Amino acid sequence: MASNKKYWKSVEELKGSSIVETMNKNEFVEAISTDQFLGDKETLENSSTSRRDFLKYVGFTTAAASLAACEGPVRKSIPYVVQPNDVIAGVPDWYATSMADGYDFANVLVKTREGRPIQIMPNKEANGTTSARVQASVLSLYDEKLRIKEPTKNKEVIGWNQAEDEIKNSLTDFKDTNKSVVLLTGTMASPSTAKIVEDFIAVYPNAKHVIYDAVSESAAADAMLAMHGKRTLPNYHLNNAKTIVSFGADFLGDFHGGLEKGYINGRKPATGHMSYHVQFESNMSLTGANSDKRVVVKPSDQVFALLNLYNAVTGENVLSKATPVDAIVKKMAFELKKAGSKGVVLTGLNDKNAQLIALSINKAIGSEIIDTVNTLNIRQGNDTAVAQLVSDMKAGTIAGLVSYNVNPIYSLANSSDFSEGLKKVTLKVALSTENNETVDAMDYALPTPHFLESWGDTQFDQITYGLMQPTIQPLFNTRQAQDILLNLSGSSVNYYDYLKGFAAENILNGASWNKALHNGFFKRDVVEEVAQENVEMAPVSMNAVASALMGSVKSSGFELNLYTKIGLGDGKQANNPWLQEFPDPITRTSWDNYLTMSMADAKELGFENPVQDNGAINGDYAKLSINGKEVVVPVMVQPGQAKGSVGLALGFGRTFGLKEEMQVGVNAYALYMNANNIQYGVKVEKVDGTHRFACTQVQKTIAGRHDILKVASLKEYNTVAPKDHDNGWNKPSYVSYDHKEVEANTIDLWDEHNREMGHHFNLSIDLTSCTGCGACVVACHAENNVPVVGKDEVRVGRDMHWLRIDRYYSSEVETREDAKELGLGIAATYEGLETEAENPEVTFQPMMCQHCNHAPCETVCPVAATTHGRQGQNQMTYNRCVGTRYCANNCPYRVRRFNWFRYADNNEFDFNMNNQYGKMVLNPDVVVRSRGVMEKCSMCIQLTQATILKAKKEGRAVNTDEFETACSSACTTGALVFGDINNKEDQVTALVEDKRAYNVLDYLQTKPNVIYQVKIRNTNEA
Amino acid sequence: MKSVALHSKLIKILLKSLAIILFFGFSFSSQSQDLDETKQKEGRKLFKSLCASCHKLDKKLVGPMLGGIEERRENSWLLAWIKNNAALRASGDRDAIAVYEEYNGSAMSAFPQLSDQQINDILYYTTVGDPVKKVVAGAPVAGGVGTDGGGSPKWILYLLAGAIVVAFLMIAGLLKQVNELKGKAKPEVQSNLKRDLHELWEGLKANTFLQVLATLFVLLMGAYVAFGTIFKVGINEGYSPLQPIAFSHKIHSGENKIECQYCHSSAKHSKHSGIPSVNVCMNCHMNIAEVAEGTVVEWDGITYGKEELDKEIAKVYVAAGWDPENLVYTGDTQPIKWIRLHNLPDFAYFNHSQHVKVGGLECQKCHGPVEEMDEMYQYSPLTMGWCIDCHRETKVDLKGNEYYEKIHKELAEKYDVEQVTIAQLGGLECGKCHY
Repeated sequence: MASNKKYWKSVEELKGSSIVETMNKNEFVEAISTDQFLGDKETLENSSTSRRDFLKYVGFTTAAASLAACEGPVRKSIPYVVQPNDVIAGVPDWYATSMADGYDFANVLVKTREGRPIQIMPNKEANGTTSARVQASVLSLYDEKLRIKEPTKNKEVIGWNQAEDEIKNSLTDFKDTNKSVVLLTGTMASPSTAKIVEDFIAVYPNAKHVIYDAVSESAAADAMLAMHGKRTLPNYHLNNAKTIVSFGADFLGDFHGGLEKGYINGRKPATGHMSYHVQFESNMSLTGANSDKRVVVKPSDQVFALLNLYNAVTGENVLSKATPVDAIVKKMAFELKKAGSKGVVLTGLNDKNAQLIALSINKAIGSEIIDTVNTLNIRQGNDTAVAQLVSDMKAGTIAGLVSYNVNPIYSLANSSDFSEGLKKVTLKVALSTENNETVDAMDYALPTPHFLESWGDTQFDQITYGLMQPTIQPLFNTRQAQDILLNLSGSSVNYYDYLKGFAAENILNGASWNKALHNGFFKRDVVEEVAQENVEMAPVSMNAVASALMGSVKSSGFELNLYTKIGLGDGKQANNPWLQEFPDPITRTSWDNYLTMSMADAKELGFENPVQDNGAINGDYAKLSINGKEVVVPVMVQPGQAKGSVGLALGFGRTFGLKEEMQVGVNAYALYMNANNIQYGVKVEKVDGTHRFACTQVQKTIAGRHDILKVASLKEYNTVAPKDHDNGWNKPSYVSYDHKEVEANTIDLWDEHNREMGHHFNLSIDLTSCTGCGACVVACHAENNVPVVGKDEVRVGRDMHWLRIDRYYSSEVETREDAKELGLGIAATYEGLETEAENPEVTFQPMMCQHCNHAPCETVCPVAATTHGRQGQNQMTYNRCVGTRYCANNCPYRVRRFNWFRYADNNEFDFNMNNQYGKMVLNPDVVVRSRGVMEKCSMCIQLTQATILKAKKEGRAVNTDEFETACSSACTTGALVFGDINNKEDQVTALVEDKRAYNVLDYLQTKPNVIYQVKIRNTNEA
Repeated sequence: MKSVALHSKLIKILLKSLAIILFFGFSFSSQSQDLDETKQKEGRKLFKSLCASCHKLDKKLVGPMLGGIEERRENSWLLAWIKNNAALRASGDRDAIAVYEEYNGSAMSAFPQLSDQQINDILYYTTVGDPVKKVVAGAPVAGGVGTDGGGSPKWILYLLAGAIVVAFLMIAGLLKQVNELKGKAKPEVQSNLKRDLHELWEGLKANTFLQVLATLFVLLMGAYVAFGTIFKVGINEGYSPLQPIAFSHKIHSGENKIECQYCHSSAKHSKHSGIPSVNVCMNCHMNIAEVAEGTVVEWDGITYGKEELDKEIAKVYVAAGWDPENLVYTGDTQPIKWIRLHNLPDFAYFNHSQHVKVGGLECQKCHGPVEEMDEMYQYSPLTMGWCIDCHRETKVDLKGNEYYEKIHKELAEKYDVEQVTIAQLGGLECGKCHY
C-alpha cells in the first residue's frame, strides 16, 4: 500500500543523517553571513568598519547609483536594409527541420526570432520526439569557444579554394599511385550524403568509407545482419507490447532513442492496457527506474539469465549457468510465452551473440513488437572496420584520412594507437563543426556548419524521410561536408541543388519539394519494397552462439557497466552548459560522472557520500584498473546497483578546447575496450582524496510531509475505490476539526475566489507517463532564460532550475513510527531498510511552482511582488522584488529560486549569458533577471499571453488545446498537459476530474493549479 | 497651344534663366507678363499626379528630363506619344523606337484619357516650370524666416538675458553689501546691520514657534524638490536625440499624409512597431530625390532648407546602395543606425499589436501629434503610472471581437457596467506586463 512506504531521496537520509534532517526543515541551507556577523559581538567590535563609515559608504553608493541612473544609455535601433518577407521583428517564425549529429536524431521544429534559432521542439506531425540533448543543441550552435571559425592548415588560416585544391591534388596523387584513403564519419543516416560518398568513392576507387560511432551499437547491427540480412537496428513498437523483458537495455535513456513515446502509449491505465515491464540490470538506469519490476543482476549474470530465458522459452538446452534470479527468469519465460506476439525481449549488451539470443527469443515467441522490416538507420558504426582502420594506420598503409565530425582521439579506448597511426598518414583532413583533439591532430581543419545552419536529409527509419534546412545564416566561415565532397569529386553542383534533385528523383515520387520542406518530413510509401529485401538468412547455430557468449564472460573482480547519461550522452555536447548543469535523473548530480557502487560494496570497501552542513555531498575516490589501464574516479553510492558491479558514464572528461568550467568528470572511453559496454575483471581500490559533488539529492526536500507521492498498483487501480477511507489509493488527507476527523479540503484559511471567468490555467502531470527524461527541464531553461550557475553554486543548492524532477526511492518498510512500535532502534530500522534499499522502487515527480490559488508565498511578501492573476498564475514581478526571500521560506514545495548573483555579463559565471554568441539564444520575450530577486516558474505566462493575443487579433475564441507551456510542448510522452479548465473541451479539464488526480500536500489547502496523476505500476497481480 | 507658339525666343530664354536664377536662390521679379497662370497651374497639377513618378523637369529619372521638351520635339509627336506610345512605336516611328531603346525597353504608360488641351497644359508647364513665390524665393539666402518664425523665441531670449543681467547686478550689490559688512565699509552702517541681524537671530532663538515653522518650511521645500527630482529620474519625456538623418514626420505624416502603419507596418502584427527598413523608404524615394522648393525643416535648432534636405535624402540612397545617377542598386548597403527614442526597461513587456490592432488605438494617443513634429520626441512619460491611468479609465470597444464576447458579458454583469475597463479585464495584474 502506498501509504505504508517510506520515501527517501538519498542514502544519507536513509542512514538518518542529522544534517539531512536539518535540511528538510530549512529552505536555505546556509544562514546568511550577515546574521553570523551581526550576531557575533566580538567580531562586530573588532571590525574596522565603524557605524559612521558604514553610513558613509551607504550614502556614497546611494548617491553614486542615483547619479548614474540619471542619464540613460543611448540605444541604437538598426532596421534591415531590405527586410526579408517572412521576418517581422518581434514575431517568432517556426521552421521544420531535422537533427542528426551522429548520436542524436530527431524531427524537430525550430523557433527563430529575427533570424536566430532560440528553441527546439518536437515535430509532432512527424511523430518526432526531443530529449534534453536535442533541446539543448540550439545552444551548441552558439558555442563560439569550441566551433571552428575559419578553415586552417597547420593552424594557419587558409582560403577555402586553396584548401580544397590542395586536398584534391593529394587525393588525385593517391589515386594515381593507388594508395588508400579513408573517409571516417559518424552515422549520418542521410540518403543523399550516402550517394555523395558513393560518387566520391567512384571517383577515387582507392577510398573507403568507415563509419564510427563513439558509443557503439555495432553488435546489434551485426546480429541483425546475421539473422535478417541487413545491417540496421531493429525497431520496437512498444505501444502494443504486453510483456517487455529487458536485459540491460536502457531504451528510455540512450538505447536507440525515441522509444519512450511508444512505451508510455502502451501504459495508460485508463485504457485498460498496460504493459508489464521487467528490467534485468546492474546499473540503476532510467528504464529500470520506470520498470514494473526491476531485477538487480550483475552483467555476467545478465548473460546467463538471458541464456536461461532462451532455454526456458524455446525448450532447447544451450550452454548456460545457474543465476540467483532463475526463478524470475522462469516466470518471465512463462509470461513471454503467454504474451506471444505481444511480448518482446531487448538487450543492451553490445555483444553480437547476446543480441542474437534476444532476436531468437523474439522469433521463438513470434514477437510482433520487434520490427525487423522498418528498421532504424541511426547507428551504422562498425567496430571491426574501425579496429581495422587503426591497425592499418599503424601499419602505415593509409595515405589519406578525411574525418567528419568524429573525435576518435577522445572516444577510442585505444586512442594512443590511433594518434600514433595518424602520424604515418600523409593527408590528414578534418571536416568538423567543433574543434577537438582529433581536429587538432589533423593538418587541415575545415569548419562545417551546425545542423541548424545546414541543408540535408535524414532517414531514421525506412519510412520517414526528414529534411534539414538552415534556420540561420552561417555564423562562421563554414562549408558543408557534402559540398566539400562534391567539389573533391569534381562536381560543380552545390549540395542544395543536389539534394533537391536527389529527393525529387528518389524519394518524393512527384510530391512537392516545398511542401516536404515546409513539413520537415515526407512519409515514404516503401514498406513493401523493404519487406522484399528482408530475405531469410541461413539459420544460426545457437549452441555455437551460446558457447561463444559464455566464453566472453570472465567472472573475476568487479564488473564495470559503462553507460551514457541522458544529459551528456556520448559527450558531443560536452561544452553545453545547459547539459552540464542538467542533473542526472537518478543521482540528481550535475557537472560530473562517477562510479556508481552498491551500498553493500561501498560498505565493504569503505566508500561514503557524507553530506556537508551546507547541503553538499562529498565522495571518496576509487582507482579502477582493467588490464593495466587505470582511472581514478569519485564514487557515488547508488541504491539499486547490483552487488559486484560498478557503473561509469561515458562522455565526460573532455578537455580540449572546452571552457574550464566544462572540463569535468573523467574520460571513461579509456575503459571502453573493443567498444564493449561491459568490462570484466575490474579492480576497485580506495585512494586518497575527497571529491566535491554538485548533487541536489538532499536539497529542496519537501520535509517531513506525507502524501507527496501517490503510487498504486494496477490491481488496486482497477478494484479499489480511490477515495475509500481505509484502503483508497487516492484518498484525501484527513484532519481533526472540532475533535472530529474531517477531510482536509473542507476547511480553509482563505476566502474562496471565483475562478470561473475567463481562462483558468491548470497543468496536469501524469506520474505514470513521466519517465524522468528531463527534456522539459532544458526546454524550460531555453524558454525562460534560466541562468546556468556552475558547479560550485549547484553544490550549495543554488541551482536555478525552475522545473526540477524529484526522484524518490521507496521501500516497502513501514515508517519510523512503525519501527518504534516494533521496538526497533533507529539503527536496526535502517539496517532493515538497507536490505530493501538494495533494490528500491523509483518514482519521478516533476516539481515546479504549483501556482496555488491560496498561495502561502503571496501572503508573506512585504512588497506584493508576488501576486495572483485571475487566470490562475502566481505572478512574480521581478522589478518589484526586494529579495527578502520570505516567499521561499513560506513555500511548502520549495520551488522558488533566488538570484544570489548577477549571472549575465559576469565573468564569474562564464556561461552562455556572458558572451555575444551565447546571448543569441535568449528569449527576447522574457527578461533576464538581475541579482537579488526571487524567480520561479511563471507557467509560461509569455506563451499564454501570446496565444490569447493571437486569438484576439484574429477575433476568435482560443482554440481548444491551443495553450501550451514549454514543458508541456517538450514532453514526449504526454505526461505534462497544460490547458484552460474553464474550457470544458480542453484535455486538461477531464484530467483535473480524473480519479487519479491529486494535489501534492493537499491538506495544506493551498489549492494548487498543478495537479498530479497517481502513478500506477503494473505489478502483474492476478 | 497658341500662346506658347506665340512666345518669342526672348521670352523662352528669359524663362530659362529665371529657372536658373531661382535655382541659385536669387530673388527675382518673376511675374512674366505673358505667363498663363491658369495653364501653368493646371499643367503642374496634371504633371504631379501623372508624370512626376517617372519624370523631372531638370534631370533624368526613370524617364527622360522633360524641361524644355517642347524645344526638342514636335508638338504633334508629343501628343501622339503621350496618348499611346506603344501605338506610335508600332507605326514604325523611328524617334519613338529610339527613345524606347534608349531606356532599355521600359515602356511608358499610355494616357488615352488625356485631352489635347490637358497635354498641352502639361507641356506648357514643362516649359515655364514652377510658379515663383516671392517669399519663398528669398528665404534660403536672406534668412528672413528668422524674423517671422524665429522672432518670438529670440525676444524671449533677450528677456531672459536681461533678467540674468539684472539678477547678476543684484547679486553683485548684495556681495558688495556683504563686503561692506565684513568691515571695509563705514562702521556705523555695519553696526546697524549687525545689530539688526543679531536681534533677528536672538528673536528667532527665543521663539520656538518660529523655529518649528522655519524648520518645517525648509524640510517641506527640501522634500518637495527632492521628490520632484528623484521621480523625474529615468523619465525621458521630451527625449529627442539627434538622429543620423533629418527625417521629418511632419513632412511625411503631416503634409504628405502617409499612413503611420505604411512605414511602421509591424505595429499591427508584433510587439514592436518596427522602424521601416530602407527598402520601404525607397518605395517612394526612388523617385523623390529632392524636396519641393521651399520645404523647410526645423532640425536640432537649425532650419534646414532644400539644399540640406536633399543631402539628407541622399543619405537614404547611401544606405540603400542606390546610385541616383545611373538609377541602379549597387549592392553596397549601409544600414541606418537610428537612435532609439522610446526605451522601456527590459522588465516591462509592451505589445504594439495589442493596442493598435485589438484595442484600435490611434498612434497619436501615446506618441502625440507626430504629424506636427519635424524632429520626433518622446511625447508621453512612459511611466507605469501613465500606463495604469489609461488602463483604469479606458473602456475599450470590444464589439465584434469574438474573443471578448463571453468574458465581457460576465465581467459587465459582475461589475454592473455597460462597458468594462481594461483594469476590470485584468489589465492591472503585474504578470500581464512583467515577465
